[in-house]
Amino acid sequence: MKQYFKNTWEGLYTVFVGMIITFKHLFVPSVTIQYPSVKVPLPERVRNRLYVNMDDCIGCDQCARACPVNCITIETVKSLPEEDLGKTSNGKKKALWVTKFDIDIAKCCYCQLCVFPCPTECIYMTDVYEFAEFERNNLIFNFATLTADEAEEKIINYEKMMAEKEAQKAAAAKAKAEAAAKTKKEDNSTEKNNGKEKDSE
Amino acid sequence: MYELLKDIFGNDIIAYIIGAALPLFVFILPFALFAVYLERKISAFMQDRLGPMRTGPYGLLQTIADILKLIQKEDITASETDKKFFNLAPYLVFAGSYAAFAAIPFSGMYIGSNVDVGIFFIVAISSLVVAGLLMAGWASNNKYSLLGAMRSAAQIISYEIPTVLIILTIVMVTGTLSLEKISQMQTAYFWNWMIFGGAGWGLTKFLLFPFMVVAFIIFYISSLAEVNRTPFDIPEAESELVAGYHTEYSGMKFAMFFLSEYANMFAVSAIAVTLFLGGYQSPFGYLGNTLGISWLIPIEQLFWFTSKGIFFVTIQMWLRWTLPRLRVDQLMAVCWKYLIPYAFVNLIIVGIITLL
Ligand code: SF4
Ligand code: SF4
Repeated sequence: MKQYFKNTWEGLYTVFVGMIITFKHLFVPSVTIQYPSVKVPLPERVRNRLYVNMDDCIGCDQCARACPVNCITIETVKSLPEEDLGKTSNGKKKALWVTKFDIDIAKCCYCQLCVFPCPTECIYMTDVYEFAEFERNNLIFNFATLTADEAEEKIINYEKMMAEKEAQKAAAAKAKAEAAAKTKKEDNSTEKNNGKEKDSE
Repeated sequence: MYELLKDIFGNDIIAYIIGAALPLFVFILPFALFAVYLERKISAFMQDRLGPMRTGPYGLLQTIADILKLIQKEDITASETDKKFFNLAPYLVFAGSYAAFAAIPFSGMYIGSNVDVGIFFIVAISSLVVAGLLMAGWASNNKYSLLGAMRSAAQIISYEIPTVLIILTIVMVTGTLSLEKISQMQTAYFWNWMIFGGAGWGLTKFLLFPFMVVAFIIFYISSLAEVNRTPFDIPEAESELVAGYHTEYSGMKFAMFFLSEYANMFAVSAIAVTLFLGGYQSPFGYLGNTLGISWLIPIEQLFWFTSKGIFFVTIQMWLRWTLPRLRVDQLMAVCWKYLIPYAFVNLIIVGIITLL
């Protein structure tokens, strides 16, 4: 019988205690954040979407090699000797046209391993984390500053230069051979070579 | 009320139809919209959340948006259900809870039907809800629905006993079944309310007071169980039974169940208020009396009635977000082992006191 009244009392009393607790929580400020309009400040060293500052990139491919999931694709061509690509902000001379610099963020695991090897510190993490897309392909970010036409042109330029060099080399070799064979007719052979060079130009 | 409507429309039937539909559109629908919003906000604040915030300022339009969504939804009837009963059940449930409003005195001027057996009518008609719930559970042809419906029936029927015992206590003291008369007895100041022993300054008043408090607590607990609210919400028990008897319902039919749940919440609070807390009577006189404006009094009464009702609805919500759900055996133990004996003893003691 005693137990019975005790149970009754406890039943009511515990409900009351619980109600006081919930009542107190009515006035506790909410922990909810109204996300798109209010954002939590990010920590200092967050790792989110990568960004490449192409003005500084020398196309050394080190980031692509460091990446464990191979999500960076870099293609470069050498510049012509007479072209000046300018210098990076820390004084390195740029010698390569970066014709392609794609980062497939869909694959990226945000390990930041690509950031450290960069000699010019031009690839880095930003604080952008809202880049959801409907198409997977849209997650491939192109950082190369050259347009497709320009890239084509650079490639053609480079090939031409190489072809020229080849030609020059071949001509030089030929000249050597001829010089060795026909030391008497030196003048003639140089004239011929000159003509060939003009053609290729 | 009807005389007024009859004067305006000049026709008996139209006056009755409008009079019957009035509480639904003027009171229950806006109340349900408001109560759902209130419940979401209260639960949110109790859990240190914000609740709905996007639709309208502070999410005020959220429930309206929800209703619009529910209206647009496809009304799915699963192929294996018992179509007739499946479609009938939500209306039956709603009719059961809506009918209770007929005998509730909202104010001195407005009472749907001033029958002499008001409280008995309410007890009887709300049993219709059980039939509707069982029908819904059975016709759904779904084990969870059936389980929910069975539990619900068991619960409502067992908790009807302490409820009725307490109502009997009140009826013994007041000597009437009419809610209107019970309200009128508790007029003037709050110390005339039943919970404080009713009107008059005798020894009985002071003797009655503690037993009335006990009666009120028992009534409140069992009425909570009768409307299937937490901690007695095992019929719906989301974590065990999906959604209990309304698992298979969607769209407007689901909304009917929902509406009837909120209507019920108010109905039981209203009955508790009428029986114990003066009904529509103001706790400290009327402004209309002091100013001599007689038409102000019914409006004041309506205000007091709804605010008291909503206060108890809020406490129901408060309890809901405080307490965990009871197990089935605990539920039955609370009813049969605790509430009913207490109610009986209470009834006997109050009976002896009123005899004095
Ligand atoms: S963060 Fe890691 S995965 Fe992403 S691009 Fe850099 S190295 Fe590759
Ligand atoms: S390591 Fe830096 S400089 Fe080298 S290719 Fe990558 S981004 Fe460009």
